[in-house]
Amino acid sequence: MTVLNRQSKGELKNPKVNNFAMRFANVNGTGSASANNLILKAIFRMGVPVSGKNLFPSNIQGLPTWYEIRVNENGHTARAAEFDLVIAMNGQTYVEDVQTLKEGGYLLFDSSWQLPPEATRQDVMPIGIPLSALCTNPFPEPRERVLLRNIAYAGAVSALIDLDQDIVSTLLDETFSRNPKLRSSNRLALQIGYEYAKENFDCPLPIHLETSNGNAGKIMVDGNTLTALGALYAGATVAAWYPITPATSVAENFLKLCERYRTVEFTDADGENETRNNFAVLQAEDEMAALGMVLGASWAGARAFTSTSGPGISLMNEIIGLAYYSEIPAVIIDVQRTGPSTGMPTRVQQADLLTCAYASHGDTKHLLLFPADPHECFTLTAKAFDLADHFQTPVIVLSDLDIGMNDWVVPELVWDDNYRWDRGRILSSKELAELPKFLRYSDPDADFVTSRTLPGKDSKGAFFTRGSGHDSQGGYTEQPEAYQAVVDRLAQKHQAASHMMPEPVIRLGEGSPFGIITLGSCEAAVLEAIEELEGDGFGIDYLRVRGFPFQKSIEDFIQNHECCIVVEQNRDAQLRSLLLLELGIDPTLLKSVLSYGGFPINSDFVVDGIREILKG
Amino acid sequence: MPSIRKPIIPLAPLPRNDLGLTIRAYEGSMSTLCAGCGHDSITAAIVRAFYELSLPPERIAKLSGIGCSSKTPTYFVSGAHGFNSVHGRMPPIVTGANAANRSSIYIGISGDGDSLSIGAGHFVHAIRRNLNMVYLIENNGVYGLTKGQFSATADIGSASKKGKANETPPIDPVSLALSLGASFVARSFSGDKAQLVPILKAAVEHKGFSMIDVISPCVQFNNHPGSTKSYHYVREHELREIEQEYLPPSIEITANMSVDDLVKVRMHDGSVLAFRSLPNGYDPRDREAAISYVAAARKANEIPTGILYIDEDAADLHDLAGTTETPLVDLEFDQLCPGSAELIRFQEAFR
Repeated sequence: MTVLNRQSKGELKNPKVNNFAMRFANVNGTGSASANNLILKAIFRMGVPVSGKNLFPSNIQGLPTWYEIRVNENGHTARAAEFDLVIAMNGQTYVEDVQTLKEGGYLLFDSSWQLPPEATRQDVMPIGIPLSALCTNPFPEPRERVLLRNIAYAGAVSALIDLDQDIVSTLLDETFSRNPKLRSSNRLALQIGYEYAKENFDCPLPIHLETSNGNAGKIMVDGNTLTALGALYAGATVAAWYPITPATSVAENFLKLCERYRTVEFTDADGENETRNNFAVLQAEDEMAALGMVLGASWAGARAFTSTSGPGISLMNEIIGLAYYSEIPAVIIDVQRTGPSTGMPTRVQQADLLTCAYASHGDTKHLLLFPADPHECFTLTAKAFDLADHFQTPVIVLSDLDIGMNDWVVPELVWDDNYRWDRGRILSSKELAELPKFLRYSDPDADFVTSRTLPGKDSKGAFFTRGSGHDSQGGYTEQPEAYQAVVDRLAQKHQAASHMMPEPVIRLGEGSPFGIITLGSCEAAVLEAIEELEGDGFGIDYLRVRGFPFQKSIEDFIQNHECCIVVEQNRDAQLRSLLLLELGIDPTLLKSVLSYGGFPINSDFVVDGIREILKG
Repeated sequence: MPSIRKPIIPLAPLPRNDLGLTIRAYEGSMSTLCAGCGHDSITAAIVRAFYELSLPPERIAKLSGIGCSSKTPTYFVSGAHGFNSVHGRMPPIVTGANAANRSSIYIGISGDGDSLSIGAGHFVHAIRRNLNMVYLIENNGVYGLTKGQFSATADIGSASKKGKANETPPIDPVSLALSLGASFVARSFSGDKAQLVPILKAAVEHKGFSMIDVISPCVQFNNHPGSTKSYHYVREHELREIEQEYLPPSIEITANMSVDDLVKVRMHDGSVLAFRSLPNGYDPRDREAAISYVAAARKANEIPTGILYIDEDAADLHDLAGTTETPLVDLEFDQLCPGSAELIRFQEAFR
């Protein structure tokens, strides 16, 4: 018992059981993800609410990368602002990593080498473990040693925070069920770290875990996986995409899901059995093509979607306008990253809001959905297909890198087997036969939607789809009145969609004059901030926008408060601007708290921002 | 594009095809292109070919980008769904449509600007995917709707209407398609309907990407002396060594037929593409031979026409994607949604 002898458990101000944050500083491409995911999942299985944030570089190997795990019994799992335990495994960032520790926190480092003097702090507890030295003999092969040194720190951490060893063992069995050799080397590495920590330090630390039941009915998963699952359940058969961080795993997951659930046995002409696909996943040459393929498929009658990020949205603008004006359904998943231009591809922002709301030249307005977590990625993606079909228009689902690529603990998904897709107004041959003549853009319903026909079915339903000026009969026009009649209906159709958009999430206290309005992945940080402010005796109401066009309930919320603070992750207050533009409200009613540096927003930032506004 | 209805003039009973349709069923609105435009002759050839093939109009999907060429789908088969998309993006739209509904017959009409400048990236990838469609480039070497700028197919030295010579090397769609592995490559001339109709028929029946480059003079901006895309120049320089005939499946090929064929290619529907005449030793199934032939002709300022290359065995988009025979658009929701019980099972991985 060396290091910790200087300070026993009771001397820390706030012993924190199931309430602490850890930061793992790693080198990209050294297998640290396996170690970190193992710890995250084990904590989840212990029933303790937890989140993992991967702060990774735009790089395959060599650059610094960090992984943050926050454990919070109360379910506050937004990104932590400071850390109780830093696992410093990267010499390049050692000095700055030490600075992210709270006063009195713990610094786990590889003591095979001496620490540089500038990397020491008197107010933190060093936990030196000679990880490299311990791994030298058991793992003589250099690459293996690098990888397993990381598993060894996972072993040490599991002793220090009291991870349930049975759970860790089960996880190893599951992960390496098909590779006994890897399983035993990983088990050995874990044991090396675990035993060293146990023998040399007072385990567990004051920050540690206790089994809880906070995760009953919950799953731990990333948003891109559930976005793909939502598209699968909605019956999408065509996906077209171009690789881009952080959206790539949407299409890749969709393909994997289709290979699992959408293949059929087929007997060919020679009597040979083969597997055929009830889907087509097309890797396009660029994002214009990706969305063009979606339009073609959708025009032909399939449910189709594309997934991309900001740079792809920029390229898709042209085709978004075509879809809007020619009234072709399309679902676009935008997993937002930091812009403008290439920006920071592996960092998060919510800065595509305005460009998506009014994407493409000319007068356009689109339907937007704002999932806040992976669970909503599933439900809102599935809903996007109904909205697109019903309103015959593009629907953009604005996820982001934090939701899409990080693992979140969310309520498990449920599916109603009575659900049937809403394909909107597609005329059957029978309906077509009863019409004197088919005119594509005439006879709008209460939602200002007109009926369409699908190619390949019936000559009577034939018409020309075009992005050029057209009248309500579908014919080409350059006449002002005929042109205006169509674009006016499109504006009415957009407004009418508000009744089918998901309602905002509203939490009202006891007559607070203040409200917070937010969207998407800000939710966890904002709810935690509200709780903290309430603890100080300051009540504040909450509204999370889930779709655009905005409902009346959002306007009412703003009008019923003296002042609302819009919390969002972009520089230019895009949600605030959209609310002001679309609702025509007094700009002094809306203030802003803006986080746009590229890391997920944390609650301290929100609290500080709100306090600052209320002071003024 | 303005569309004008054609007056219906009662004539003596017109002949009918196998579907009982007259050629009228394959016509569209009246053309609004300039009088004498090569594109209108191509439209007439499409109408004739589709009529003679007895294609059901509702099974045809006709798509285009933007430009003079891209207006023409309005002028044929009014009973077919049409899609006049945006500049250069027709290939992705057809890709998606074909992926979703493989039972339609797709014809895309494009121009030299549409395919080889703004849409070049899409054109080359549609070839790579061997998308099953007829892809027709109405190639006139100029931008007509914006009044006469050179396009990417303008030859070096070819002069504009105002007399300025083009100095930028051209892209030859035939050489490009051959080098990219296109499975059907042909060139024709809008002034030669007798040649174009059988090429179109074979292109429709070919399973895969059928690229037809049709030189189609622009009477307004590129039909003057000094232009290499004028009626006069093309007639003077056309190299017609390749003659082909399309024989539908119903025709039994007998030894005494006029096709003293050098090469016969059996198409996937049982029809036969018979070459009546070929340059000495030329095999239209040999890609390298086709590339050399086209390059040599080019050097000699000759414009070879005909079906220059065909590969009936190449895998198309659906073969590559492994899609079912049933068009995806015909799958029912129950076949697509795994349901609640499976959702419970699936989520076990997230616990």
